[in-house]
Amino acid sequence: MHPVLFIVFLPLIAAIVAGLGGHWIGKVPAKVVTTASLFIGALLSWPIFFQYISGEAQPLVVPVMTFIQSGTLTVDWALRVDALTAVMLVVVTTVSSLVHLYSWGYMEEDPGQPRFFAYLSLFSFAMLMLVTADSLVQMFFGWEGVGLASYLLIGFWYHKPSANAAALKAFVVNRVGDFGFSLGIFGTFLVFGTVSIPAILHAAPAVAGSTIGFAGMRVDTMTLLCVLLFIGAMGKSAQLGLHTWLPDAMEGPTPVSALIHAATMVTAGVFMVCRLSPMFETSATAMHIVTYVGAATCIFAATVGCAQNDIKRVIAYSTCSQLGYMFFAAGVGAYGAAMFHLFTHAFFKALLFLGAGSVIHAMHHEQDMRYYGALRKEIPITFWVMVAGTLAITGVGIEGVGFAGFWSKDAILESAWASGSVAGTIAFWLGALAALLTSFYSWRLIFLTFFGEPRWAASEHVQHAVHHVHESPDEEHGDSSHEPGLPPTGTAGYHPHESPLTMLVPIGLLAVGAVLAGQAFHNIFVDAERAPEFWRQSIAFSEHLAHAAHESALWVKLTPTIVMLIGLYVAWRNYIRKPEAAANFVAQFPAVYRFVSNKWYFDELYDLIFVRPSLWLGRLFWKGGDEGTIDRFGPHGAAYAVGIGNRVTARFQSGYLYSYALVMLLGLIGAASWAIWWAQ
Amino acid sequence: MIGLTHYLTVAAILFTVGVLGIFLNRRNVILMLMAIELILLAVNINLVAFSAYLGDLTGQVLAMFVLTVAAAEAAIGLAILVIFFRRRGSIAVDDVNRMRG
Repeated sequence: MHPVLFIVFLPLIAAIVAGLGGHWIGKVPAKVVTTASLFIGALLSWPIFFQYISGEAQPLVVPVMTFIQSGTLTVDWALRVDALTAVMLVVVTTVSSLVHLYSWGYMEEDPGQPRFFAYLSLFSFAMLMLVTADSLVQMFFGWEGVGLASYLLIGFWYHKPSANAAALKAFVVNRVGDFGFSLGIFGTFLVFGTVSIPAILHAAPAVAGSTIGFAGMRVDTMTLLCVLLFIGAMGKSAQLGLHTWLPDAMEGPTPVSALIHAATMVTAGVFMVCRLSPMFETSATAMHIVTYVGAATCIFAATVGCAQNDIKRVIAYSTCSQLGYMFFAAGVGAYGAAMFHLFTHAFFKALLFLGAGSVIHAMHHEQDMRYYGALRKEIPITFWVMVAGTLAITGVGIEGVGFAGFWSKDAILESAWASGSVAGTIAFWLGALAALLTSFYSWRLIFLTFFGEPRWAASEHVQHAVHHVHESPDEEHGDSSHEPGLPPTGTAGYHPHESPLTMLVPIGLLAVGAVLAGQAFHNIFVDAERAPEFWRQSIAFSEHLAHAAHESALWVKLTPTIVMLIGLYVAWRNYIRKPEAAANFVAQFPAVYRFVSNKWYFDELYDLIFVRPSLWLGRLFWKGGDEGTIDRFGPHGAAYAVGIGNRVTARFQSGYLYSYALVMLLGLIGAASWAIWWAQ
Repeated sequence: MIGLTHYLTVAAILFTVGVLGIFLNRRNVILMLMAIELILLAVNINLVAFSAYLGDLTGQVLAMFVLTVAAAEAAIGLAILVIFFRRRGSIAVDDVNRMRG
């Protein structure tokens, strides 16, 4: 048996055991089973990855069983393993196992732990199913499975109305993307007569240039299919337009944010585009759309990230922005760079989230950075790993030596520039600007959290922890319109404590990844000579583009570093040297600040365009259609008529002997009359 | 000359009186029993009149049966009435509405 079978199915078994049996086996065995299944998966995944690096392993397909057999449609459960899958296996199992371990500490006091760990393992199973998919239908199965697990985990604290609302929002917004994805699968089957990914990729070039009827128009077949599939990727990967669910998804527990909404699930869209890259290569229009959407998301999310106060939301918008990088890398044809950024991003973003979780843990679930400050002395280990993550995401490094983000982000920006197209050039400049903002908001997070004076005194959560009572509820805490004059300083006698070892070990391991992943693996992911041997045919790797990226001008290579330093300086000046500068800026440009801190009013716009009309229409059908028409003339009307009939007939049963006798006589007369006059 | 028509007329009047006695009588169950006897008598008169008119004795035999049945019925009716009075303390027709469901 191939080890991939264990990698994929052990988490499923663990999820069933912990989820259905957690009540009987107790919470510790449930946690052991789920965590162990993922660690076994990680230990099996890394050798597979190294086999592909060394070139020993060949791409292979492990058949499991037949799924659907109907007419010409044949879908098998089959696990496809190649270099692309190996990368995803390593990412998913490593981050997932570390998040499982981290959750031992983070969820220590939660009563629903078996449920939580079962959901985590279920998610891991669905994600592994997605990345090993050999057919689009199996990929869709994993796609929906991770969506379900995401819904369950965002709404894990189901007693919080905001968590339920966020879970529903994530599910509904993803439905929009999934609608495009399923249309794409239908169209693919219509055109190619199969849903097997290798068969589709083989046949795709022959279909390029043909047209197909869609919505009453003739459109290019491959463009249509790619755009439909890309809409699915946009929903799952929170790209501009379908991104609104991702920041709200931070209502879930922090380990969930790290695993699902940073490292793995949201990168499924990027994975899908890379997996289908030979198909996307056949349509220049679709590639341009991918590039523009990615670049727009990249810059949009970076601007919003600069004005958020919730530590998790800053990182959430950062994730959104980094996904934009991956997409425009794929859009210009640099799939290796996209996958490379996915790989490094998984480490440093999971690290940042888990580090933020450690801060939140230390601060008694206070998530507002305005109430942090000076934490570097209180929780030094968390501080140092967060700095490592920040160095990685901002891309610190010089030629030849650097943190993870330095290698992958540079590879993306160089590829975008080297692609030479208009879309690529626009993406390069937007990406460079986003890199500046990335540096600014990442260092702002660090400076607000770990430097300056302690500002915990005004925090409700900390006061709660100190006094064990709630303060008056009419404090200004949590009011997003009020900003950003920082709250008064003071510790209120509270001293944050460092997190337990089960939380620090995963963060430490991820920090190692965030520091070294780029340095160690950049050759095999993006190098023009080395990478084609690694990827083989699993993605449409362009050696030409890799060469061009490698030989791009010096200023192109230096741009990310320069803008990173500018961002660092601006953050340092505004939050360390002159802490009042940020407030002054907001006072000078209130409109800009309002626009950005309200996330470009996307939620308000969607509320106006989609939510309210839907509610109005729904209410119309409910009140007018169902209650007013169907119920009124249907069930309720019939019941009313029977009631009236009952009252009329009840009058006949008076109980008086003479009225019965009268009725009998009338009946007799009637019968006799009938017999005499009509019956003959 | 008293012919068939006269007998039938008397019988019809008796029958009508009997029927009205059942419907219009609101006071007394004994009156109701008597009204039923009147109806039966009206039928008997019809039977005997037709028997004599047609020269067929069957009608008169049947009238004897009716008399017997009427006597038995009156006996049972009165017995029920006595027990009814013991239980309810009244034999007014308007009080007899226990047959309402």
